[in-house]
Amino acid sequence: MKPMEAHEDSQMVSPGGKVLKFPNKNFKASKRKPGLSITVGLIFLFLTLYFIAIAYPLFWMIVNSFKNTAEIFNDSWGLPKEWLFSNYTTAWEQGVSSYFVNSLIITGGTCILTVLISAACAFGLTRYQLKGGKFLLLFVSAGLMFSPQSSLIPLYELVQKMGIFDTHWALILTFTAYRIPLTVLLIRSFFLSIPKELEESAFLDGASSLDVFARIYMPMSKPIMFTGIILTAYYAWNEFLFSILFIQTEELKPITSGLLVFKDALNTNWGVLMAGLVISALPLIIIFIFMQKFFVRGLAEGSVKG
Amino acid sequence: MRRTRIIPLVYMAPALLMLALFVYYPLVRNIINGFYEWNPFTLDRSFVSLDNYTRLFKDPVFFTVLKNNLLYAIISVILQVGLGLVIAAILEDKIFRRFSTFFRTTFFIPVLISMTVIGILFSFIYNPDVGLLNSFLRLVGLGEWTEGWLGNPKTSIFAVIAVSQWQSIGYTVMLYVLAVQKVPGELYEAATIDGAGKIRTFFSITVPQVKEMTFVLLIYTVTGSFLVFSEVYVLTAGGPSNSSQVFSTYLYQKAFIDNEPGFASAIANVILGITLIFYFIQNKFLKTGEE
Repeated sequence: MKPMEAHEDSQMVSPGGKVLKFPNKNFKASKRKPGLSITVGLIFLFLTLYFIAIAYPLFWMIVNSFKNTAEIFNDSWGLPKEWLFSNYTTAWEQGVSSYFVNSLIITGGTCILTVLISAACAFGLTRYQLKGGKFLLLFVSAGLMFSPQSSLIPLYELVQKMGIFDTHWALILTFTAYRIPLTVLLIRSFFLSIPKELEESAFLDGASSLDVFARIYMPMSKPIMFTGIILTAYYAWNEFLFSILFIQTEELKPITSGLLVFKDALNTNWGVLMAGLVISALPLIIIFIFMQKFFVRGLAEGSVKG
Repeated sequence: MRRTRIIPLVYMAPALLMLALFVYYPLVRNIINGFYEWNPFTLDRSFVSLDNYTRLFKDPVFFTVLKNNLLYAIISVILQVGLGLVIAAILEDKIFRRFSTFFRTTFFIPVLISMTVIGILFSFIYNPDVGLLNSFLRLVGLGEWTEGWLGNPKTSIFAVIAVSQWQSIGYTVMLYVLAVQKVPGELYEAATIDGAGKIRTFFSITVPQVKEMTFVLLIYTVTGSFLVFSEVYVLTAGGPSNSSQVFSTYLYQKAFIDNEPGFASAIANVILGITLIFYFIQNKFLKTGEE
């Protein structure tokens, strides 16, 4: 951003260097009040309608998760006559619990691996003058360009050849690989801001490079690690393409692909299905409500890098 | 610390290996596979040169796919980037700022819900007989507009695109709100003193001030539109009769359902080409841009 100065003669220099001129209409603006309030009203109406369009389907899902199928069919708008909390226990017992645990394992594993591997890589990239360092940085960051789609078929064969097909590792390892470029870039820019004197004095005290990495760099970079974890968790929890392909055994599936099996198995029991949907949607929403600031900042940083 | 060249490589090795094995190797392999056709069960492999590509460019479904992905991109740019900025500017306006957090948090919630959940939810909403959408239309007297939204080849792709917008507008609104908040307040004050109307202020201050974010979101939205998979897969699986097929679902169908991996590899390479074009545009513009 460039500093701006507003001149008395109502001229401003825009970032592009163009001079903006606003005609002086101070008085006219106040005369426009009645028209303005109609506009404000219309905009408010628009925001409210949009709010309803977003909130009502979610509200409907929650309300209907307490009904039985017949009631969803005959009275899908109304409140349940009898609140069937049992839908939730049924959904949980009929498979959602195992999808949930699988998603937790896969997301947790992916987050830990991604952040550790990426931090180590960023450490190697930033703290050493390496011949070919530029190439290595390019090698890592160019990974951002390639979508999983373009590699899907060979990856599918590779996962089978490695013997990890139909295990949690198939997702943990592939997710991690695709998250490394972004996470390395995030952590790298943070490491670059850490003053070199810190590690130099540590080296003088006889610390090994591992000490410097584990005792100085990692603890100092908690905020960026946290951002990396949030971004990775968001990705791993919601990933779909690898999830439907690489795990076929129902008991090992995460929520995203598991719910499709659950849906087919339950095709007549809609209330239970709705309960399963609500259970699956809740964790990230709850995390978001408690950590909104971190979450949004993380997404913003990720989007700019990506 | 600079004595050895091994130590830095030791730190980088896990990342480099992971990338080489799971990103670069499959990518190169797929480029080669595009020139072959083989049977996934017998593994008879034959070199077919450019046959997969000539077949692809004669394939009518390929053009449906291209059209659908383009529609996806155009509608997403208008609604997520265009409307997203308008909503963000409204929410950051003095008059609405009090409600800003409430609205943008609600708008953001769908972003957090995985597409499987949203897709199943909307298959209920689109249900021709008991779905919310048709009951709503009957309620407001538009009974003749009711439709088997996902089952009609004319409406299927639009019904899917609508779900994507429903989920994603909140994301761009949130990022735009952050960008608008960074615009120096003096600019708006000066504009107000000069009597510039809201619309004028929006176009001469907000839009140019957030153009970096606009650029990032444009690339993000367009690339995302060409890679879209889960919403189409969950809602229609590309049907009926390929009417809502997009690149990724077509690739999936050819590779894993129709067992034509060579042909599917060619589709994957077209996807690769398209994403690379967007990536280079992004790189070029971000480098020539300020900062």
